[in-house]
Amino acid sequence: MLEADDFVKGLQDIGFDFFTGVPDTILGGIIAHLTEERIYTPAVREDEAVAMAAGAYFGGKVPAVLMQNSGLGNALNVLESLNLIYQIPCLLLVSWRGFEGKDAPEHLVMGETMTTLLDTIRIPHRTLTAETMTEDLQWTAKTFMEQRIPVALLLKKGIVKTVQP
Amino acid sequence: MIGPEEGVMQSRAQAMAAIFELLTDQPLIVCNGFPSREACKLRDRDQNFYMIGSMGATAGIGLGLALAQPEKTVVVFDGDGNVLMSLGTLATIGALKPKNLIHVVFDNEVYGTTGNQPTYSRVVGLDKVARAAGYENVERVWEKEDIVYEFKAMLADSGPSFLLIKVNEQLEEADRIALAPQELTKRFKQSVS
Repeated sequence: MLEADDFVKGLQDIGFDFFTGVPDTILGGIIAHLTEERIYTPAVREDEAVAMAAGAYFGGKVPAVLMQNSGLGNALNVLESLNLIYQIPCLLLVSWRGFEGKDAPEHLVMGETMTTLLDTIRIPHRTLTAETMTEDLQWTAKTFMEQRIPVALLLKKGIVKTVQP
Repeated sequence: MIGPEEGVMQSRAQAMAAIFELLTDQPLIVCNGFPSREACKLRDRDQNFYMIGSMGATAGIGLGLALAQPEKTVVVFDGDGNVLMSLGTLATIGALKPKNLIHVVFDNEVYGTTGNQPTYSRVVGLDKVARAAGYENVERVWEKEDIVYEFKAMLADSGPSFLLIKVNEQLEEADRIALAPQELTKRFKQSVS
């Protein structure tokens, strides 16, 4: 399992310097570390977080947005009618709730359909593993820089250490 | 019956023009629909970012830019429909208190781009919501003289500031934004970062 500070350092090493989002338990450790480092700006909704990331990108930052996959639904319009048509990139760090149907009922539909949804709206995605973190992050940076659109890194439970609620 | 506030003489384009007179090189985010078209027609500048979609995201974009560029004053041209769609963003701005953000809302009390369907801003005072959320300076104005006076003060003071301008429903004849969205991104990013 990855330590949250190692993962955050990996993100910072490839240039990410603006972090916003809406919490999820899977992301708890990462958010705790980002908050400790005073580089996390909480948002109240995922579409607001994506909008803030767009503004930060205009201002010269390299932004990342943290969200539970349910938040993809909230962010869908801004991703489609802002980021994708204006070519405004951001990293989406999305927790994969409902993976393989093992979660609370509200997560099951999104858990099953998330990758199809991302494919449909043409957002490139990859699933993080502890063993391949370096390659996963390199792929993230490359896709972000070359395509200038949102790119999603999916985080399953137990890949990055989290905090106890 | 909810209808437009009586006695509002000024159009949004007239109110916008008054503010453009006071702008120098401040970055400006303009909400989608006719406001962007009107702003583009009145005073196209490299520092203008015109939204064509993503309704509700205006203030969020302005906030992100204000946080990334704390030495620049960021101005947002918003509408009542846009603000109501993302009312939570007023809380985010009120809590984070970026000193360099001026949030201007042209309040015509209707969804003007889609045929003047009424919004709730006639009965819900968005200035009151902004004040409750924690904006530092909040004003509601009707007349050009007051727009100029208050906006000048907001340029000089620490924000976040919220200027609610009551306008009528009149639309300015204005074409769709001619620049392609990705060209707007390049132009705007180059001019502000």
